[in-house]
Parts: sequence; C-alpha cells; structure tokens
Amino acid sequence: MRRGAGWRPRSGWLVLAPVLTVALLAGPVLAGLAGVLLPAFGWLPALGGEGPTLAPWRALAEWPGLWPSLRLTLGTGFAATLISLGVTLLFVAGWQGTRSFAAVVRLLSPLLSVPHAAAAFGLAFLIAPSGWIARAVSPALTGWERPPDWLTVNDPAGLALILGLVVKEVPFLLLMTLAALGQADSRRSALVAQTLGYGRVAGWFKVVLPRVWPQLRLPVLAVLAYSLSVVDMALILGPTRPPTLAVQVLVWMGHPDLAFRFVAAAGAALMGLVVAGSLGVFWLGERGVARLGRAWAEAGGRGRGLDVVARPLGLGLAALAAGLVLAGLAGLMVWSVAGLWRFPEVWPQGLGLGTWARAAPGLWAAGATTALIGLVAVLVAVALVIGCLEAEDRAGGPPRRALWLIWLPLIVPQVAFLPGLQTLALVLGLDGGVAAVTAAHVVFVLPYVFLALADPWRAWDRRAGMVAAALGAGPWRVLWAVRLPMLLRPVLTAAAVGFAVSVAQYLPTLLIGGGRVSTLTTEAVALAAGANRRVIGVWAVAQMALPMLGFLIALAVPALVFARRRGMAA
Amino acid sequence: MSAGLRLDHLRIARGGAVLVALDLHVAPGEVVTIMGPSGSGKSTLLAAVLGHLAPGFRMEGRVWLDGRDITALPVRARRVGILFQDDILFPHLSVGGNLAFALPARVHDRQARIATALEAAGLGGFEGRDPATLSGGQRTRVALMRTLLAEPQALLLDEPFSRLDAAMRAQMRSFMLTRAAEAGVPVLMVTHDVEDARAAGGRVLDPLGTPLRV
Repeated sequence: MRRGAGWRPRSGWLVLAPVLTVALLAGPVLAGLAGVLLPAFGWLPALGGEGPTLAPWRALAEWPGLWPSLRLTLGTGFAATLISLGVTLLFVAGWQGTRSFAAVVRLLSPLLSVPHAAAAFGLAFLIAPSGWIARAVSPALTGWERPPDWLTVNDPAGLALILGLVVKEVPFLLLMTLAALGQADSRRSALVAQTLGYGRVAGWFKVVLPRVWPQLRLPVLAVLAYSLSVVDMALILGPTRPPTLAVQVLVWMGHPDLAFRFVAAAGAALMGLVVAGSLGVFWLGERGVARLGRAWAEAGGRGRGLDVVARPLGLGLAALAAGLVLAGLAGLMVWSVAGLWRFPEVWPQGLGLGTWARAAPGLWAAGATTALIGLVAVLVAVALVIGCLEAEDRAGGPPRRALWLIWLPLIVPQVAFLPGLQTLALVLGLDGGVAAVTAAHVVFVLPYVFLALADPWRAWDRRAGMVAAALGAGPWRVLWAVRLPMLLRPVLTAAAVGFAVSVAQYLPTLLIGGGRVSTLTTEAVALAAGANRRVIGVWAVAQMALPMLGFLIALAVPALVFARRRGMAA
Repeated sequence: MSAGLRLDHLRIARGGAVLVALDLHVAPGEVVTIMGPSGSGKSTLLAAVLGHLAPGFRMEGRVWLDGRDITALPVRARRVGILFQDDILFPHLSVGGNLAFALPARVHDRQARIATALEAAGLGGFEGRDPATLSGGQRTRVALMRTLLAEPQALLLDEPFSRLDAAMRAQMRSFMLTRAAEAGVPVLMVTHDVEDARAAGGRVLDPLGTPLRV
C-alpha cells in the first residue's frame, strides 16, 4: 500500500489484463495489415504469388472505375463527417440546458443501438421513389399514379449514402459531446460569455467548443474513418457503378477467381492510405480552423444575430435526423407485416404475419447464431475491460498512455485489415467458423465497452472500498461484493452497448466467417440486392430488435435487483 | 427615466418559501451589499438580475436598468456584468485574449485598450500570459477587467473575495471597489462576510430587505 494514495491493493496477476487487451486489439490489426500489404506486393505463395511485384497495383490502376470511385469515397466520407459534426455542434451550441435539448437527446440516444444496416434500410424505404415520403404527397401534390423513375436510393452522387451516415453519426457525436461537456466547466463558461453580451451559438463556439474539442477529436476522426470505409450502408444506399472503394474491395475479395485477391489487397492497402491521408488532412484543417477561431473570438463580435438562424436550424436538423431514423424504422415494421400495398396508398390494404411465418426458420437460426456470438464476445470484452480498469485502479496514478490503442480498431478501417486476416487464415489453413467470428467481434466490441464503462468505473466512490477493506475484505472480495454490485447498472449498460455493436458487425462476420456464418446482419444486407421489401422489413426489424432486447435487459435487471434500494435508483 | 439599477417589488419564491423580497434602487457609483448565510437566497437574487433563474422559482416584480425594463430580456441583452466566486477565465485564450473577448467588436484600438486595462490592474505586459500561470489575486483582477471592458451598465459581485487569502482580500476589495466607482455603475454585491460588507461602505440588507447594521 502506498502512503497517502489511500486504499490500493496490489495488482497481482491483474496486470495481465491490460497487456492481453492491447495484444488483442493491436494484434489482429497489425496482422491484418501485414496480410494485406504482402499480397498487395504480390507475395502470397498459397495462391502462386512469389512477389515482390507491382502487378496488383497496376491492375488496380487499370480499373476504369478507380478515379470516380475515389472521388465518391472522399466526397461521401468528408461530407457525412462535416455535416454530422455541424448538425451536432449547432444543436448543442444553440440548445444546451433547455427542455427541447433534453427531449431531443432522449429521442436520439436509443438510436445509437440501431444497427447501421437497419437504419439504412429504413431510410431507403422512406426516400425511395415508391417510399413513404412519395406516397404521403401522392397523388395529391405530385399527380403520380406510379412511382417516378428517379434514382433517390443508390444515386450516383452518393447523396443517399451521405444522408444515411449523417442520421447514424449524429447520435454518436451527440453522446460523445455530452460526455465531454460534463468534464469541461461548460455551463458557467457559456453563462459568462452571455453576460458579456454574446449570443448563445457564437458564445458556445468561442468558449465551450475549444475546451471540449480535445475529447471530441478522436470520436470525430473515428466517424471520418468509418464514413470513408463503410461497407454495409454503402451496399444498401450507395452508388453501384462504380461503388465506393470499400465496396469494390469486397467485390474483389468475393470474386470466385482467387487471383483477384491480389488486386483486392492492393485496394485494401489503398483504402488504408486514403483514410490515413484524410485523417491527416482533417488534422491540418483543424489547426487552421483553430487559428482562425481564436482570431474570431478575440475580435469581440457578439454574434447575437446568428442565433436567429442557427438555433432553429440546429434544432430542426437534429430533430430531422431523429425523425428520419424513427420514421424509417416504423416503415420497416409496417412493410414486415404488410399485405397488398399499392403505390400511392399510404397504408397497406391488409396486415398479416405471413412474411414473418415464412422467414421464421431462417430467423431463428440466424438469430441464435447472432445472439451466441454477441453474448460470448461481450462476456470476454467486459471481463477484459473490468480487468484493465481494476488494474489501472490498483496501480494508482493516471490512466495508462497505451489506452489510446482502444481507438485503433475504430480508426483503422475494417476493410483495410480484415481482408488480410482472411488471407492469413486461408494461408494457415484455418477454417473461419463461429469461434473465429466471435474472436473478431471482440476486437470491435471491446473499445465500445471500454468507452461506456470507463467513466462510471472511475467515478465510483472509493470510500466504500476503503470501508470494506477496513472490515477485513480482500481486494477481490471488494471487487465482487462491493464494487461490481454497486456498478451493476453501468456494467450492464456497457454490455448492452457491446452486444449492439456485435449484432451490427457485417464485414468481420462475412470475411472471417468465410461467408458461412449467417447472422441477422449478413442475411439482411444480402437482401439489399433483391427487392422484396416485406422480407427486408422482417430481417431488418429482427436485426434492430435484438440489440434493443439487450438494452431492455440492462435496464430491467438492476431495477428488479435493487427494487427495494432507493440509493441504487437510476 | 432613472439611472441605476432598480429592483421594483422583486419577490422570488420557491415552493412556499419566499427567498428574496426587495424593493431597492442602486444609484450609479453606489454599492449595495446583500448579506446572509448560504442558502438564504443571495444566489437566487443574482440569477434573477442576470436573467437565468432556474425553472421552479416564481418571480414577481420587475427589474429596471437605466430606465429599461430588463425583466424579460435574455442574459446576453441585459448588459449586466458579473464577477463570480471563481474567475472562470477561458483557459484556451491568453490573458489578452480573454480581455479581447470582452471588448466590443466596434472598438478598433483593441491592443491599446487591453494594455491600458492591464496597466490599471497592475498587470502591465501580461497580454501573452497563459491564465493558468497567474496567481489567484491576478486571476481575479483579470476577471474584473474582463467584466468591465464589456461596458456593463450594472455590476454584480458574487462573493468575489471568498477564494482569496486574508492578506489579498483587503487589497482586492479596495482595488475592485475603486474600479467599480470609476466605471460609475451601480454595484450589487452578495456576501456572507461582514468584513466585505463593511469595506463596501454602502447600505447592507438581507435578501428579504431588512437593513443590517455592520
């Protein structure tokens, strides 16, 4: 025990937890990158590549879609990131501390658990030429008796993809901003700015944003990396000829001729370069904006007129983002039980469970696999995260530097290293099964579990532990009998977040499972090419329901266990 | 039209309890002290004059500033400056940047104005300093100059000396009261410290309007 540091038991073999975690996060990423880079330069003996050669890169350069695809990838990625960030900041700046703010936050937070694919399908059902929006105004306003021949989904400019990314990323950035605001002295700073005569929005951008930005930077970079390299949403909403680079890599990976693995590897490596370069550009841009921003703050303009435009805009856009997702989900549900539903009609002529009954056997099988993978991955991730946090606690001092590695799997794009892992497995003769997929899921589940649990874990009142230790409890008994029960609610919430992340994983399941592991997500995304809306509705609703079930359990269990403990109320 | 800050039959209650009941005029250059123990409604009064009273409080009466009825105005439009217990300097701006932030945009000789303000505060040449490297007394002085540079029409002081040590207090009190008198604005100070109230030298009331002798 260290003097003055209070009660701190020794770590024992808990020191292994952080080491194991870092190895688990960094290992697959590095191995995967190696598995991409080697074949990208022609070295893959199992497939006859004896390299080194630039042939894969030449093949990539000769693909006629390369430049349009790159333009599309960069355009959609940056547009989605900047719009999401703009909407989030405008909304928080204009409305923090008001009732409308609390209402929209309550509306947006649960949307975080909606898988990207389900949200994308919902949006597609809304904005399609035969979707709900067109039906609502037809034929009264438009005169359309049949759906217009417009490409609103899969449009060549990627607008539908941008919209889909924005409605999913705004809730994420909003929650990250809220977490950061709690740590900065944001409310009093904003108040001081207002007493000096500043408008709400201008004052917030000048005094609060610079202080929350350091905590917001990594989430924003993760959003940028994700938006540039997203696969499932791009398959559902994105353009097809050419598709984004990430989708094209997947197409090459899935080509029956294994020789295409080489150009796929070059494409994946290019994807990594594109993301790395984009993060660098964003970082430079950020410095430029910060410099201009400081000059703007010191010029003294009160920006009160800005509020008139910016506040309604911020609230409107945030509410629109929430509304689009919610309406889309409602659309999915209606389609899943729809009978005959002709075009301009807003509501189907009959409702029935026929589609559900026909899909039931497949749903049960895929649902069971999804739940199994998710539960095991979450169990492993929660155990490791608690091990890391407890080890950090027992060692004392500030959080470890190495913890930025948590963000590694969120920033290195999946499509840049998962193909490499698959190739390695192929070379080593490993059969991708449910176990391999589960292991891959842990890599992506763990960071979110960590982010969700770290703050409540660190905020725990240590005096309870000291009292228990003074009564003779050892460190493990304190952990099991005092700390974990007291933190049951955040632990279960973090587990539910992790479960939602696992359910939504598309690329790891597809690539590591070698196409043979069917989950709700892989099945739902596979339906994107077909057009049976009722079937898509059924699978997307199931895909969305499973994570929600997880959150319900995370809410219900503590409420039941602590029903008679007012001190444990939420 | 009457110059100064006027609390016109101001009455603030929460639940059944009346926290503030004041009918008061503070002339330009005058200092009025509201004294009482914590929880007695002092902060409620400041929040009401500032315009960010939390929901749940019921307020009657009106607040006038230089003949303007500011009761319904938002914080930013009131031109009421405040100095909180903590200085709340913006940590991402330099000392000069904090002052520039307060200076109205129409002022053109910004650097000169900031230099003058810092001289007056005994902090000449501190423009480029990081606020985090300043002592408590220095920070409080920068915060006061920041408040005054925004050209408020009234000044509120929220226990501005409570975080300073005894030696610094007397010095800061006279510094602050001199600056406020120079600015010629009505000053409303809340405190629980009899010494502060004495040093202010003006009327002393409790939040329910009873005059106190100090």
